[in-house]
Amino acid sequence: MLTQTTHNGAPLSRRRWLAAAAGVVLGLAGFSSAKAEDTIKIGVLHSLSGTMAISETTLKDTILFLIDEQNKKGGVLGKKLEAVVVDPASNWPLFAEKARELITKDKVAVVFGCWTSVSRKSVLPVFKELNNILFYPVQYEGEESERNVFYTGAAPNQQAIPAVDYLMKEEKVKRWVLEGTDYVYPRTTNKILEAYLKSKGVAADDILINYTPFGFSDWQTEVSKIKTFGSAGKKTAVVSTINGDANVPFYKELGNQGIKATDIPVVAFSVGEEELAGLDTKPLVGHLAAWNYFESIKTPANEKFIKDWQAYTKNPKRTTNDPMEAHVIGFNMWVKAVEKVKSTDPDKVIDALPGTEVPNLTGGVAKMLPNHHITKPVYIGEIKANGQFDVVYKTKDLVPGDAWSKELDGSRDLIGDWVGKKCGNYNVKTNKCLGSGS
Amino acid sequence: MFYRLRALALAVLVIAFAVPALAGPFDDAIGKFTTDDFSDTEEAIGVVASSGNPLAYPIISALQDERLMFDGDSKKVYIKQTDGKAIDAATGAAVDSIPDGASSVRLNNRLRRSVEAALGGLTLLSPEVATRITAAQSVFKSHEETVLPTVEKALAKETDRTAKQALSEARAAILLFKSDASEVDKLEAVATIKGRGDQDALAMLSDAGSDQPPSVAKAAAAAISSIQSRLAMWSAVQNAWYGLSLGSVLLLAAIGLAITFGVMGVINMAHGEMVMLGAYTTFVVQEMIRTRLPGAFDYSLFIAVPLAFLVSGAVGVLIERSIIRFLYGRPLETLLATWGLSLVLQQAVRTIFGPTNREVGNPSWMSGAFELGQITITYNRLWILCFTLAVFAILLLMLRFTSLGLQMRAVTQNRRMAASMGIATSRVDALTFGLGSGIAGIAGVALSQIDNVSPNLGQSYIIDSFMVVVFGGVGNLWGTLVGAFSLGIANKFLEPVAGAVLGKIAILVLIILFIQKRPRGLFALKGRAVEA
Repeated sequence: MLTQTTHNGAPLSRRRWLAAAAGVVLGLAGFSSAKAEDTIKIGVLHSLSGTMAISETTLKDTILFLIDEQNKKGGVLGKKLEAVVVDPASNWPLFAEKARELITKDKVAVVFGCWTSVSRKSVLPVFKELNNILFYPVQYEGEESERNVFYTGAAPNQQAIPAVDYLMKEEKVKRWVLEGTDYVYPRTTNKILEAYLKSKGVAADDILINYTPFGFSDWQTEVSKIKTFGSAGKKTAVVSTINGDANVPFYKELGNQGIKATDIPVVAFSVGEEELAGLDTKPLVGHLAAWNYFESIKTPANEKFIKDWQAYTKNPKRTTNDPMEAHVIGFNMWVKAVEKVKSTDPDKVIDALPGTEVPNLTGGVAKMLPNHHITKPVYIGEIKANGQFDVVYKTKDLVPGDAWSKELDGSRDLIGDWVGKKCGNYNVKTNKCLGSGS
Repeated sequence: MFYRLRALALAVLVIAFAVPALAGPFDDAIGKFTTDDFSDTEEAIGVVASSGNPLAYPIISALQDERLMFDGDSKKVYIKQTDGKAIDAATGAAVDSIPDGASSVRLNNRLRRSVEAALGGLTLLSPEVATRITAAQSVFKSHEETVLPTVEKALAKETDRTAKQALSEARAAILLFKSDASEVDKLEAVATIKGRGDQDALAMLSDAGSDQPPSVAKAAAAAISSIQSRLAMWSAVQNAWYGLSLGSVLLLAAIGLAITFGVMGVINMAHGEMVMLGAYTTFVVQEMIRTRLPGAFDYSLFIAVPLAFLVSGAVGVLIERSIIRFLYGRPLETLLATWGLSLVLQQAVRTIFGPTNREVGNPSWMSGAFELGQITITYNRLWILCFTLAVFAILLLMLRFTSLGLQMRAVTQNRRMAASMGIATSRVDALTFGLGSGIAGIAGVALSQIDNVSPNLGQSYIIDSFMVVVFGGVGNLWGTLVGAFSLGIANKFLEPVAGAVLGKIAILVLIILFIQKRPRGLFALKGRAVEA
């Protein structure tokens, strides 16, 4: 009896289950297509697994938070915003696939995403081909200006060069160690810095450039090399473009070998509040970081942002950092541009974005420039014992981002101008647009 | 007469107490702390330090620890004492409470240096030997001319040998930079600094090179080259030490794999994740101790080691029972299954603990470093080396002298024979895998002290671990030991020459060539075990 019913019942119930499932799927599809008409979709392309998850997960949360806030204010153009989150899993080719999926399948109006330069380079062709918009929130090596990309992070002249200037002026540094992880951002930044230092009269003997692999953890030799280099009787500083996880063992080794900031200061471009959260910062007091935003900056806008963010994430200790501010600026610029042209059509929004001004979180105004970079203040902060940064220097004016570095041959004469010249790499000497492929 | 004396004494007293209260350079200096401007603060430090006022030391030391508070509205400066009470910095009078609007006087690196130099000058005559030594060292660094009389005074009455040495080095440093010091004094100074023979001495002598009398410049140049040649010798010793230390980390990471892969032959790609689980166990233990028993923080690792062994070991047994035992003899499937498993474990940890690094602190006995000759040995590296050797010895003894060890060796050498002798081979398999995983967990505790505790921790060690085991010879624990240390030392001797990136590549190329020549590694197993 029992076997009989199961034998008879199984196919039946399976069929019924299938039908039900199909119904649900159809219903869902119908529901979502119905919903698509009254929401504007926003793509979030940040790694939620793999090596880069450590940095990028927060940025995904930031966009969700911003969308939530915007929806509370009634959305954009009378429609609610809806996030479409995908996980490219720190896998560079997958970034391109997921970007294509977001644009063609989910029909997003704009994408906020990428962290590493290689992931940005991998999605570039997709955004060009399908003509959509990418907001890229991380400080990067420059030498790029694309019609479909808006760079809300710092270009080298908004981070690296002011930091070096500060060390030269304030700390009277004469000898430089440029220490970086072996990939495109540190290599390009160090090339720019080397040219800049030499133009300021620093001898080649006084510059030591050194690279280590990704995720490097045995810093003993490198740190003692720095120590030896620093004992030549001239004030020495380290400019660090060490990326990601390798920073923690590096700073631990510095602390253990007793290199204090008063002897050899380290200024870092990739170490923020988030990275310091995993460290005992007492031995690191006085080491520096250069960013365009610090959590510790006291302005009403920043205090409100931190409060709302911690309330949204239900974590009163959640830190904020520079790329998050870049997303805040990028998101608000996009909203403003969309409201100006009353459309989410990428072509219209791309043309409306240059010239858009929104307040940043540190009391200034971020303006989108014709080269798709923005104006930013530059702050130098010293690490404090509580893991926050104390701002010791701030540029007087906002610094406009240079797409093409003025320090390097070959890029000195180039500008990006998507308003007048409609070109990302216009040579002002020859008055020619080099076009794509360079 | 008597009255007169008393009046005089009173007057002296009044003056003594009144001096700080009078508006003078000292008071103006205190006022400068309230402007929140780095150059004003620097000026104030200089004036306060040289004022001779008894409050100078409390003020400067409070400044160093961010205990010097200023109130921008009332222009008053307070010292928050270590016992929580507060005094007015200008008068020394006790105050009930510091106003709410007050904040610490901020410092930057330049100011921190001035503070250190000022404190050095102020504490040269301290009754504590250790304080005097630190003071002398900071005077050596700052070589501030104004403290020379104090240094000489301190030197004259110093009895402790180390302190005396430090003080005379400080004096030498000042004389070397003093433009009107006599040539004889300067030559003597060069000799004293040369005696230190370290990098600081080198830096100082190179810095002092210009505008010296020719004889001094010549002596300094000779001293520099002699220190340099000595340091070059020490750098070889240093490389050897770094190599040992890297070797110990490699060995620690590989030792568990030497059991699961080396002895059992399971290609276990999830080995790194066992290490990671051990590191997270340390994090959880430390977190518990931080909230419940902050005093016991220094012992956290002793609790974490057995716990990590149990956690990773249990996960290992679970994996063996549920997955690996069905895949014995199918290396490719095992590789894929354990690779998938490693991703699952990583993402599980990422979901539970979050993707960001977790802070694992060093206990006090593992922080800092000491100098041995001219090389710096950090305590955490030293302890990890000792710990690794201890784990290795225990494992070796266990395999050799316990019945479980005997059964393990029997099963891996000849499974069918062992089974016929009544050994429950599948149970031994599970225990062996558990042992290998447990040791990986212990490695995680040690690695949490030098690396990030993040879900990716294991990934960075898996390739190195396989490299060590294959290079050393599969199935041979001694091979793993020798393999780890030779790779570590070779790497550290290559790194200064070729750089970290090329050094690593060179090592990989060398291993490929070596494996071509000796496919079974350094210590190949001989005899019947090879065929099994």
